[in-house]
This record gives sequence, C-alpha cells and structure tokens, in this order.
Amino acid sequence: MTAIDLPPERVAARRRNRARKRREALLAYLLISPALVVFAVFVFYPFAKNIWLGLYRTPPFPGLPKRYAAYDQYARVLTSPEFRGSLRTTFLFVAMTVPTGLLLGLLMAVLAHQKLRGIAIYRTIFSSTVATSIAVASVIFFTLLNPQVGLLTYLLGREGEPSVLDDPRWALVAVAGVTIWQNLGLSFILMSAGLQGVPDDLLEAAEIDGAGAWGRFRHVVVPLLSPTIFFATIVGSILAFQAFGQIDLLTQGGPLRKTNVIVYAMYDAVFRQNNEGKAAVLSVALFAITLVLTLIQLRLLERRVTYER
Amino acid sequence: MSAEAAALDVDRIRRRNRRRRRAAVAARYVLLTVLAVIVFFPIYVTIVNSLLTPGQIARRPPTLFPTHPEWSSYSKAWTQGNLGRYLLNSFIVTTVIVVGQVVTSIAAGYAFAFLEFPFRRTIFVLFLATMMVPFEVTFFTNQATVVALGWYDTYLALTVPFLATGFGAFLVRQAFLAIPPPLRDAAELDGAGHWRFATKVAVPLARPSIAALAVFSFFGAFNQYLWPLIVTKDERLRTVQIGLRYLRGTQIDQINVTFAGTVLAALPLFVLLLLFQKHLVRGLTAGAVKG
Repeated sequence: MTAIDLPPERVAARRRNRARKRREALLAYLLISPALVVFAVFVFYPFAKNIWLGLYRTPPFPGLPKRYAAYDQYARVLTSPEFRGSLRTTFLFVAMTVPTGLLLGLLMAVLAHQKLRGIAIYRTIFSSTVATSIAVASVIFFTLLNPQVGLLTYLLGREGEPSVLDDPRWALVAVAGVTIWQNLGLSFILMSAGLQGVPDDLLEAAEIDGAGAWGRFRHVVVPLLSPTIFFATIVGSILAFQAFGQIDLLTQGGPLRKTNVIVYAMYDAVFRQNNEGKAAVLSVALFAITLVLTLIQLRLLERRVTYER
Repeated sequence: MSAEAAALDVDRIRRRNRRRRRAAVAARYVLLTVLAVIVFFPIYVTIVNSLLTPGQIARRPPTLFPTHPEWSSYSKAWTQGNLGRYLLNSFIVTTVIVVGQVVTSIAAGYAFAFLEFPFRRTIFVLFLATMMVPFEVTFFTNQATVVALGWYDTYLALTVPFLATGFGAFLVRQAFLAIPPPLRDAAELDGAGHWRFATKVAVPLARPSIAALAVFSFFGAFNQYLWPLIVTKDERLRTVQIGLRYLRGTQIDQINVTFAGTVLAALPLFVLLLLFQKHLVRGLTAGAVKG
C-alpha cells in the first residue's frame, strides 16, 4: 500500500511519527556524544595506536624515522629475559598481595560481623585504610623504613643495614606488604558487604545443629560468600597487575629490577629509554592479561545469574 | 537418676556453656584487637611522629606518645611543602571529574534506557568495551596525545580524559531500567517531556546509583598517581599525591614534616569515610563489580 492510498489524516500522523522518531534519535546522539568523543580520543585511538606502535621499532635517536618491523618487535620483546623477569615479578606480586589481602579482609569481616559492644570502632579502624591512597601508604612506609631513623627499621632489627627496600631479597615482599596494608580497608568493606547477604537464621540453624565457629565459617559462610570471593579475586588481580605508584615511590623498579612490574617497565621504557615500541608491546601484553581475567569474570557472572534464576 | 540430680546436671551444663561462650567472646575481642593494631599501628605512628621533633623521632627506644606535641610540622608542610596548593589542585581536578562523570553517565544512561535510535546496541557494546581497556594500557599514548593537543601542564590534561566512563553509563542505565514502566507512561500522559521526566522522576529515583558512582569516581580521581605524574611538571598544577612524591625525598631533619604531609593528604578522605560510611560502602562495592 502506498501513502497515496491512505486518507490524508493518516499520512499526516505517519509523518508526525517519523519526525518524532528522528527527533528522539537526534536527542539520543546528542546525549551520548560527549562520552563517545572522550572514548574515541582516550580509549579507542590510543589502544589501536599501541598495537600499531608495536609493529614499528623506535629509532635510537629522536628525529630518525620509525622502522617497520612487522611482528619482529613483538617476538623480540616478548621473548627477552627482561620481559620474562618483569612478568615473573608481576605474577609474584599478584600472588603475594591478592590472596593474603582477601583472607585478612575476610577474617576481619567475619570477626566484625557479630553484634558485640564497641564493634563500630573496630569497623571504622578496619575500613580506615581506604582513606590512604597508594601514595600516602607508600610514603608512610618509605619513611618508617628509613635506614637511619625509621621505626620499622628499628623494630625489624635492621639498623645500620641497608633498607629492606634496597635488599634484592626483600624489596618485592616489602612492596607487597605495603600494598596489602593499603588494600585492607577495601577488602574488609567488600567482604562485609558480602556477609550482609548471608542470612542470620542460616548461621543460627547451623549453630543449633552443633556447628562450631569454624564449621559455620567453612560450611555456611564460605559457600554463600564464594561469588564475592571470586569477584574480589579477579578484580584484585586486575588491579594488582596495574600496580605502579608503590613501585615508583618505594623502589623505582630496583634493586636489580626485582620490583620491575609490567606497568613500571612500560613507564621506564617510554620516559627513561625513549622506546615507545617496546612499551607498546608491553601494553598489549598487559591488555591480554586483563582481557583473560575479565573474560573469566564474565563467565562467572553468567553462571551465577543462571544459578540464581 | 533423681530429679534433683538431673536439674543439677542441666545447671552444670548451662554454666559450662555460658563459660564457653564468654571465653569465645573474649577470644574474639583478642583477635579483633590484634588485627586492629596491625591496621592502625602505621597510621598511629605517622600521627605521633608528625608531632615529634626529628631528634625525638631518632631517639631509641622510640617515643610512642607525644608528651609535648610539636604542631609546627603541619604549618611547615602546608606552607613550605606547599600542600595547601596541592590539596586545592586535587579538589579542583576531583570535582571536575566527578561532576563530569555524573553528567555524562546520566546523559548516556538516559539515552540507552529510554530512547530509540539506530545502532543503540552497537554503541552500548562500545561503551562496555571501554571497561576492558585499563588506563594503564594506554597511558603513554594518551600522554603523547595530550602533548600534541598542547594540553601538557594544564587542568585540561588532568581532567578531560576522565570525564566519561563506560562503567558510569552502565550503572546509571541499569538504575533507569529498574524504574517501573507505568511511571514512565504516567509522565507521558501528563505531557511531560524528556527533560521533566528526567529531572522529576528518573534522576531522583536513580539517586542511590548516582551517589555510588560519585563516591567511586571521587576516590579514583583523588587518588590518581600515574597520570598527573606524566602530564604535569609545573608546581602550580601539582596534585597532592604527586606532592607526596616530592615530600618523600626530604632530609631527615624534616622527617616530621613528611609525616605531617601524609596526614594532611589522607585527612580529606578520612573525614569523608567517617561522614559517609554507608554511601562509601555502596560506591566501593558497586565499583568492584567493574572489570
């Protein structure tokens, strides 16, 4: 049927409808465009450029032309001992910080869950480190580890010795310790929020059945909290792979590159070695790691949704 | 067994249970206190050391209580350490980012939730895809962009890249979608346009999510370290996190000033934590679902 066959009032209605739809689409594009512009310039463009930069070798002196190296640079950087060392350090850092931080957060959350006198004070103390940024935490510990006057240097019995931050055996452990401490508040808050979802009557029923504190924790709290624990593990790992500030403030990647985590290696490649090509390859590697973790997270999310409904 | 003996037995069991429960509570308090000390000790020592003289800090055994608090370290950190200026910069940058993120998220969230337009799904997927690319992947390329735009050492460099997030748009869209359709129909029947519906119905109803987004972006923006480090050199634009980097390198005879500086840098978020604990929890937990 063509428009000519319709009575004139329906033609007009249709036209009005079409105009309304066009206006609605226009409004929608107007509303999303600011965000889209930001994403185009600061997310999609640099992401594509990094992949492309990885294909070109950065000249040894600025001003010389970039040389196309195809996948050669990817292969060379990714198989270099420096990259492998950096990757090992990063994985070690993640392994040292994430599980310990979560367990401590969970322990604090479980202990602070019951109604006891004065529990509000404990809760405030446990969440207090969310107020410290990584820079605040790092500078606090850097100063407390000062080899001459630092209180922690004294408590660790290391006075007159080089700082733990300059000790290749302990530097990464120290950086991990600072990171765990700084994240305790967040970890506690996340776990407490998860615990709110564990019904009290379930715990009471378990208690009546004769389950002790450990039994209640192991057979009631942990299974019900497992989604929270999984999420916190994944998100915590993603964030740990992005660690930079604590390295810059505490060790600058040293000693002997023992704390040269991947983002610090990227920073070093660009701003100290003037080697964008290398940094680009590292950035693609970091993206790949993040992507894998995100996909695992999405999988879990999907499964949880299907279980619940 | 006689009745009296049984009653006695029950009584004994009851007393034993009470004793056990009391022991459990005591054990719990001990554990709680040990953990609280671990968490709070570094903060406590920082506050104490900020009130001691460098000579007292170096004394052994260490002083753990300031008998004659020396407040001058704070004024030194504020003026000589320039922390006043750095905190102001951090607040300017943080405010712009929080307001920007809230506005762009409401705008985009509204379009995705209530408006029909071509490529809606595709564009929404693009928004979600931004969450897969952490800023740590693109920071140096973005730095080059900022330099090319002539934005190095400007507030623009510190704020513009963060004025929109896929996460924020997603969060607000979800909140909008949870608004019951009858409310929308009623507004339409009343002849309310998009502006009236958004400001009178949608945004007020989505307020918890918007508050959570604001808290989350406040923390992210205030605590930024890597980005301000590489796009500013000018001291007048320095944020407080980067200011700490310079305070860290001071001499031992100024070490109390370094401690005072960290206290000043942490104080704003600490006050926020005490005032808005509930919102904060919601914001941080909402943020944690983000990839």
